[in-house]
This record gives sequence, structure tokens and C-alpha cells, in this order.
Amino acid sequence: MIGLKIIKRKPLPGWVKIIIPVAAVIITLILSAIPILIARGNLWKSYYYLFYGALGTRYNLLETFVKASPLIFTGLAVAFAFRAKFWNIGAEGQLLAGALLATWVGINFTGVPQFLLLPIVIISGFIGGGIWASIPAILKTKLKVDDVVSTLLLNYVMIHIMGTLLFGPLQEPGSSWPRSPGLLEAARYPMLLARSRFHLGIPLAFLAVLIIWFINNKTVFGYQSKAVGVNIKAAHFGGINTTSVILKTALISGGLAGLAGVGELCAIHYHLLMDISPGYGYSGIVIAMLGNLHPLGVVFASFFFSIVLVGAHTMSRMTGVPTYIAEVIQGMALIVMLISLLLTEYKIRVVRK
Amino acid sequence: MISEIFNTTFITGLIGATMRMSTPIIFATLGEILAERSGVLNLGIEGTMLMGAMTGFLVTFTSGSLWAGVVAAALVGMILSLLMAFLSVHLGLSQHVSGLGITLFSTGLAMFIYRLYFGSPIVPPIVEPFRQVTIPFLSKIPVIGPSLFNQYMLTYLAWLLIPAISILLYKTKIGLKIRTVGENPFAADTVGVNVNLTRTLSLVAGGALIGIGGAFLTLAHQNMFLIDVVGGRGWVSIAMVIFGNWDPLRGAAGAVIFGFLDGLQLRLQGLGIQIPFHVFLMIPYIITIVALVSVSRRAAVPAGLLKPYRREEKGG
Repeated sequence: MIGLKIIKRKPLPGWVKIIIPVAAVIITLILSAIPILIARGNLWKSYYYLFYGALGTRYNLLETFVKASPLIFTGLAVAFAFRAKFWNIGAEGQLLAGALLATWVGINFTGVPQFLLLPIVIISGFIGGGIWASIPAILKTKLKVDDVVSTLLLNYVMIHIMGTLLFGPLQEPGSSWPRSPGLLEAARYPMLLARSRFHLGIPLAFLAVLIIWFINNKTVFGYQSKAVGVNIKAAHFGGINTTSVILKTALISGGLAGLAGVGELCAIHYHLLMDISPGYGYSGIVIAMLGNLHPLGVVFASFFFSIVLVGAHTMSRMTGVPTYIAEVIQGMALIVMLISLLLTEYKIRVVRK
Repeated sequence: MISEIFNTTFITGLIGATMRMSTPIIFATLGEILAERSGVLNLGIEGTMLMGAMTGFLVTFTSGSLWAGVVAAALVGMILSLLMAFLSVHLGLSQHVSGLGITLFSTGLAMFIYRLYFGSPIVPPIVEPFRQVTIPFLSKIPVIGPSLFNQYMLTYLAWLLIPAISILLYKTKIGLKIRTVGENPFAADTVGVNVNLTRTLSLVAGGALIGIGGAFLTLAHQNMFLIDVVGGRGWVSIAMVIFGNWDPLRGAAGAVIFGFLDGLQLRLQGLGIQIPFHVFLMIPYIITIVALVSVSRRAAVPAGLLKPYRREEKGG
């Protein structure tokens, strides 16, 4: 019988922690050759157009930033929750909840001074996502309901709440398909660069990264949140109000996911649509893991993903490889990253028993 | 209105729909119970069901044989569960994250392979799906006969598996091994049970059931593959395992309740009641969450769940 023996390593130097995700990305890109070859795509042409499509022209490069914005928000959302071991798999639903509340504000608050409307829309998106994330947090802390399952199920509940509203009271008058009325002009994100969709949500995402980094490293709450994640019982006996910490963590996490929804609403679509998110919430899980739950890692992983997502379209057009290769690469990236992380802490020996 | 709802045709139809809609959940719930009783939470379930649904459809489409599709779906479920076992059991990675990784990977893969084979046709390709099999005599019983005993072979199989898995877990040596490994892997190891092998085999056997549950969706419930065909049924099954307190009979009971709600919403839509259909689609998920709330305080989680087994880290 052959088995695997896992032996704990001595701690590796700090620079390895930076090398590992880079190596994982490179290994994933190499492994991507398998699905490309299965799809009978020319390997070099495929890689070339993947990167050319994402980075090759000014417009494509800026599109990569546009795609990265929601991914940074959902990645941060998941990373922030996972750090406290609040298993928030519900960023997708929280994104939709944020977009929903922001839509309601953005089409109805006509009496608000113009310059105030956009900040109110953004805040309401944060609140919408936060409230939706607080439900599983309350269920977890008060009623011991498993957070993985409740956050997942609530994604589906939110999709159907949105469906109910978009096929009903929130449907644009006269429209035959499910979409909300258009946002008021003042509720839309300004475009920051000419001839592109480079919008306010992109600098906002970077601002969020800085704020989360600050909370994590420089505040008492950031410390408490981490302590709850490392050992909730010890945190409790150490005098931390774990219920309150988990609830606040959930609010911030859901709020960040909500902001991803606000960006898609206020800068890309201007109407609430059923398919306003092509799974950004789920990608956020992989991004958080790939970024090792660190805010800067999240930025790095988000750009890797947006390059793959944007580039896959050009690649698909030029080589015929289906665009879903982007999702396959995302899944592979996570698995490769997990194994790489394990190798930083453990050695693996093949043993005969 | 009331008489319209409670006539015999409606009730027969509702029972039939309950049986159909609960079938994939029963398969997946039983598969997940096998994995979790051995100590592994398989969050790869949603993606595994989708790969089962896609593979079953693809193989049936190309071979013309429905059962070849079912077998292929079971095999794919086993392969994905083997990958899950490698990551979470042998490498000892976080079960949460490995499972989610498998789900994301297989979701992408299912759509990729489907597009690769079929392209993006305007009208989705279809197969000739399973037909209901009428059991003689029993199907003649008034009201319940035509609904309970006029079902798909896979539905009968699901119902037979409920007592079978229950007996396997509680009355056989293999079942004792699985439960011991799930409750106390150190004790199991001491008495000579191979912990990692037992967990791997439980996962793989469960994966076959999960794959078949997926195939039911594209080969019986519908006759085509759509990207949202599974639509959270894997996650619902995870909830049913908790709801059923990790017991096959109670878990299956939960699956049938979910199937009933799912069937009810289909039937009520069919009656043309003027409520948006999304309201109906939402109900089963909300009730699942409420059900979880009601049982979670007294949940009897297998003690070894979520913990990778490493002999040298005993007590650590």
C-alpha cells in the first residue's frame, strides 16, 4: 500500500509567502493548456490572445480594470469574513441585495440635492448587502445554524426576491422584460477616463482595500475579528464579545459585496437586471483564497481573474475555445493555490505501508 | 377555488410531482450522508451534481442509451469525489475550501465541455428522456396508486436506497467502520481501521449517488441541459443532511418535504394563480432555512467532521 505522509515543516521565510501565489498562477496558466488542447485550440495563439485581449490595447487594459472592480469588492468581502471564520459563501446574494436597495434609492430619491444622491446610493448599497449578510450571522450566533448552508441558501432566496420585484413592482413601465427603470442621472457613477468605462467604482475598490487593510492591522476590531477566527473559544474567554464581532464582520463583509453590486448598477447597466452579476460573488471566494485572505493579495488575484475573464473573450473569438475556459481556470487556480499553501506548511512524503 | 385545489386529480398530480422532485435530493442527500458520517463535509456536491447532469446528458445524447448516461454520471461523481478525497483527506486541506474549489471547478468544466461539444445552438439539443414505469396492481390503488407507482426507475431506485443506506450504516461492519471513522478517527485507527481509506471510499460511493442525482435532472425531470439545471439542489441536500441529523431515513424525509414544496409550487403555477412564479420558487429555500433553525440547536454533528486525520497530531 502506498500512502502519503504529511510532515510539518519549519516555518519558511516571509518572501515565500509572496512567491507562492505567483507560482500558483503560473502553474495554473500552464495547466490551462490541457483544456485549450482538448478544445483543439492552438496553444501559443490562445495564450497570446488571452493576454492581448486583456492588456494589448488601451481600451482592453481599461476593461480589465472595469472587471477587476467588482471582483476586488467581492474578494475583499469573502476574505474579511473568512479571516474571522465566518463562512460567508453568500457574497453573490449580498451583491444583489446591495444593488437592489441602491436601485430603489437611485430611481426614487428625486428630491435629494444632486451632489448628495450618489453618496446616498453608495451607502444604501453597502447597507443592503450588510443587512443581507447579517441574517446568517444572527442565525449562526443566536441559533447555531451552519453559516455555509444559510449563506448559500440565501443567495437563491435573494435571486427570487429580485425576480419577484423585477417581474412586478420594480419592472420598468412599458418594458416587456424584467428590468428596473433607469437610474436618475445623478445616481450614476462618473466616468473618469475618456473613451472607456473606467468609472468611479475602480478607485473606490482600491480605497476599500486600504480601509480593510487599516481595519485588519491598525484597529482593535481588526485584532478581535482575527482572534475570533483563530480560536473562538479562546477569544471568548479572553473577554471578546464574539457575537458582536461576528455580526460586525458580517455587516462589513456583506456591505463590501453590496458595493460590487452598486458598481455594476451605477456604472455598467444603469438598470437592475436579473443577470447583473455573472457570478462575481462566487469568484470572490476563489479570489479571497488565492489572495491568502490578505487585502493586497485580493487585488493581485482580482487582476489575475479579470485578465482571464476579459482575455477569454478575445481568445474565444480568435481560436474557438469556449469562453467558459475562464471559469475552468478559476477553479484550477483555487485547487493549485490550496496545494501550494499546504506545501509551505507541510512536507509530503510518499510512503510504503 | 378550494374545490379546484383539493380534487383528486390535483392530489394525485401533487404526490407524483413530490416523488419526482424529491428524487435528485434523495440521491444527493444519501450521498452526502455517506461522506459526512465518515467525517468529510463534501461541499463539492453542487458542482458534482452539475457535472453528473451534463455528463449524463452528453453520454446519452451521443450513445443513445439512457442507462449509459446514468453510469457515466455516477463515474464522474466518483472521480470528482476522489479529487475531493485527495485534497481534504490525504492532503488534509480545509474541507470547506476544497469542496467549494471542486464545485467552482466542476461548474466551469461542465459549461466548458457542454459548449465545446454543442456550441451555442439557438434551440438546445434534447434527448428522449426516461419514461415512467407503471407497476401492475399497485398502480390501480385509488389516488395514491397512479402517483406512487407510476414513476421513473431512478425514483424507485432512490426510494430503495433509503433503507439500503440505513442498513449499510447501522447493521453492517462497513457501516460501523464508517461511523467510527467519522466519530473518533483515533479510536478507529487504534483498532486497525484505515481511516483515510475508509473516508475515501465513503466519499467516492457518495459521489456516485450525487452524480446520479444530477443525471436525473437532465434525463428524467427534463430532457435537456441548462446551466442552472441544478439550481442549488446540492446546497439544499447539505441542509437536508443537517435537518435529518445525519440519519438516512430522516434526511430522506427532509428531501421528500422539499420535493413536496417544489412540486406544490409547480402545481400552483399550473393552476394559473396570479402570484409571480419567483415567489413560489423562493418558498422551498426559505422553509429549508426555517427547518435548519428548528434543528440546529440539537444537531448531532459527527465528532470527526471537518477534521483531517493525521496520526502524529493526536490530541493536538
